[in-house]
Amino acid sequence: MLEIQGLTVTYGPVEAVSGLSFHVACGTVATLIGPNGAGKTTTLNALSGVVRPSRGKILFDGRDITRMSAHRRVSAGIVQVPEGRQVLAGMSVRENLELGGYRRPRCEVLRDMERMEERFPILRDRRYAPAGSLSGGEQQMLAIARGLMAKPKVLLLDEPSLGLAPKLVTAIFNIVRELRDEGQTILLVEQNARQALVISSYGYVMESGSLVLEGPADELRSDQKLAQTYLGQTI
Amino acid sequence: MSLLLQQLVNGLFIGSVYGLFAVGYTLVFGVLDILNMAHATVFTLGGLVALWLVEGSGMSIWAAFPLAVLFSGLLGLVLDRVAFAPLRQRSDTYFSGLISSIAMAIIFESAALGLFGAHTVRFPPNTIKTDIWRIEGVTITSLQVEIVLVALILMGALSLFLHRTRTGKAIRAVAESERTARLLGIHVDGIIASTFFVSSALGGAAGILFGLYFDALSPDMGRSIELKGLAVIVLGGMGSIPGAILGGLTFGLSEVLTVAVTGKSNLRDAVAFTVLFAVLLLRPEGLLGRRRAREV
Repeated sequence: MLEIQGLTVTYGPVEAVSGLSFHVACGTVATLIGPNGAGKTTTLNALSGVVRPSRGKILFDGRDITRMSAHRRVSAGIVQVPEGRQVLAGMSVRENLELGGYRRPRCEVLRDMERMEERFPILRDRRYAPAGSLSGGEQQMLAIARGLMAKPKVLLLDEPSLGLAPKLVTAIFNIVRELRDEGQTILLVEQNARQALVISSYGYVMESGSLVLEGPADELRSDQKLAQTYLGQTI
Repeated sequence: MSLLLQQLVNGLFIGSVYGLFAVGYTLVFGVLDILNMAHATVFTLGGLVALWLVEGSGMSIWAAFPLAVLFSGLLGLVLDRVAFAPLRQRSDTYFSGLISSIAMAIIFESAALGLFGAHTVRFPPNTIKTDIWRIEGVTITSLQVEIVLVALILMGALSLFLHRTRTGKAIRAVAESERTARLLGIHVDGIIASTFFVSSALGGAAGILFGLYFDALSPDMGRSIELKGLAVIVLGGMGSIPGAILGGLTFGLSEVLTVAVTGKSNLRDAVAFTVLFAVLLLRPEGLLGRRRAREV
């Protein structure tokens, strides 16, 4: 569904991503893992159109979208839930959800806001509270719900478990698992490589801007080299 | 006592015009973190165009007002396209935008000079029918009431627009985070253009009300309000709409009260700006400003 060919992104003289190629198959979860500064977030930003690649191609459903502007990509169905939640802190929970559906017809937005509130009851309880007053875990749920409001064909999740307590990390991964089971196509970027690989079908390992390893998630989980570098000692 | 009351009433009238002017100023600042130094010249042109419509075509002020406001809004679009949009990708966009808006201010002021002449002009008599009321020794004219009503209605409409409409909410989203707004699918450049339109329309409206109130318009009339407008948005809290309204009223009241208490009109600006400094000492973020960490 999403195919990246030779993607290169440079910030001034620095190549943050160099010649990256990978794809995300329809209805699956693919995960992008790797250390800090490997270029994972930059890759997602290039997919969202908020940074411009200097070389390479992004194909979405067979269509070249490399030059498409960010807001058109949201309409097309590529939606990012950014790292660090980035909820609009001064606006209410409901307004955040509403803006998630910014490019969709009003009647659908209203209906889907109901659905999101059913799915995440905390968002209903706090609907008029400023999003900035929510706890970290609640903000992450809001950020995911806001992303879903755009009715994504591909959901780009950037470090959804970052900075959350272990119990909440599990809760967030459960949400991602549910979305996967509903058939949502997801590209997941995670530091928490072990848990990410458990819910993914395919994994890519990035290091300093390039892929160093890729394979079906269960194979990566038993990969010795990867186990030592990212997954901790025990599997 | 009734003199004091009279001054309070006068302060309210002029303060509402300051507030209306400052609201547009602060709106652009809230969204872009840029000061639009041409805002005061849009204020001037709005007033002059309204006068030209009334004088030239014999139009009623109630018809000329919306037309001149629309014209001011279009000036805002020009400002955005010419002075700000081309600089948006630059790393020094805040500073370069400030400078290019000063350039636009000079161009607008020269245009006003060329088109309308350097002298002070007035609305024709009976542009607006003025009744005079005396209540408890306080004199109020219907013009003053109309000015304060129009200013309040416009500020109320702005508030509704920002909180109830899709575009208004998008403006607030861009004000909070341009990047997040982009990820939500908001066409940020279009939203910035709308912001300039609304801001300049309100600035032009303030110019018309100002011209009617003082019954004098000139190409450099924006100068007198430019610095006050800046003071008002600092006083109210940069980027805060309610802050700009409150700041405008505070500023207007402190001006007229100074004259009432000291009897010296040349102390007016000095005291008003002293109030500004006093407020900033106690609340550095302004009356209604939110303390926020500066983004890098």
